[in-house]
Amino acid sequence: MVGFVIVSHCQKLAEGVAELTTMMADGVPVRAAGGMDDGGFGTSFDKISRAIGEVYSDDGVILLMDMGSAVMTAEMVLESMEGRKLALADCPLVEGAVTGTVEAAGGLPMEEILRDLAEVGKQNKL
Amino acid sequence: MVNSEQVVGILHAIGDKIIEQKLYLSELDNVIGDGDHGINLARGFLAVQQKEPAMQGKDVGTIFKTVGMALVSTVGGASGPLYGTAFMQAGKEMAGKTEIGPDDLLTILNAAIAGVQLRGKAVAGEKTMLDAMIPARDALAANLPLGAKGALAAAVQAARDGVAYTKTIIATKGRASYLGERSLGHQDPGATSFTMMLEVAADAV
Repeated sequence: MVGFVIVSHCQKLAEGVAELTTMMADGVPVRAAGGMDDGGFGTSFDKISRAIGEVYSDDGVILLMDMGSAVMTAEMVLESMEGRKLALADCPLVEGAVTGTVEAAGGLPMEEILRDLAEVGKQNKL
Repeated sequence: MVNSEQVVGILHAIGDKIIEQKLYLSELDNVIGDGDHGINLARGFLAVQQKEPAMQGKDVGTIFKTVGMALVSTVGGASGPLYGTAFMQAGKEMAGKTEIGPDDLLTILNAAIAGVQLRGKAVAGEKTMLDAMIPARDALAANLPLGAKGALAAAVQAARDGVAYTKTIIATKGRASYLGERSLGHQDPGATSFTMMLEVAADAV
């Protein structure tokens, strides 16, 4: 099953998004990588790397990011792990996490989930 | 011009400068960003200084890559991946070299700019560190025939002018872009920290 890592500047936000995914897709491997190692705001290269290691399988891992340095740091982690099946999803964090994990629970492969996640941001709420 | 050992010394001096100016840099960032630029970068350069034993006796490429990885691993804000990529790209160009010559200065700055553009997807005029880096590179290139010392002095002046220019434009990249017109009148912290680094390097050459 595809795994997920939630990358945010804020530890609680990442943990909250990860927790929210259990509402509809309990059992999907999801890890939070929010904030710095000391819990402060920021994004941690090591935290993201560790989180990927915890949920990694041959089915791959999708990373969802909030903004700015979260995106850039996640990009650099991926570059440091060349050869592994990893991808960044270009989508809103909460909606993407829910959509992605529901699809992973349904057994969809990473490529298909990524294609759907790219559409998530295009849907209007109102 | 500058050998590997001197490069480690210059990087140490850059770290001292950033650590000394961390509150000033964070104050600048407080106004138009999230207020962590100086604190984050100081943490990064402290980590760089702690890696100095691993840099001794290495080529310039390895030294720059070590600096880049230390910044990426410890900074925590956008300046980590940005400066980190800049140093790592410059490190690729300097692989195997044990000395930086005058022409290498231009190669290093070009690689650093390409790294920042690749990572930040920014261009000139968006109120970012590029607004100091690109004019500095251009001034360096134009003045290199007169010698490295004079070229670096021209680059420092162009970087300072670039920082002043960032006060006159609205941010369209990075956290400051959320403020729109309210970012006018304030200088970019990243352009400022880059200029500090260049000043220290220019003094040492």
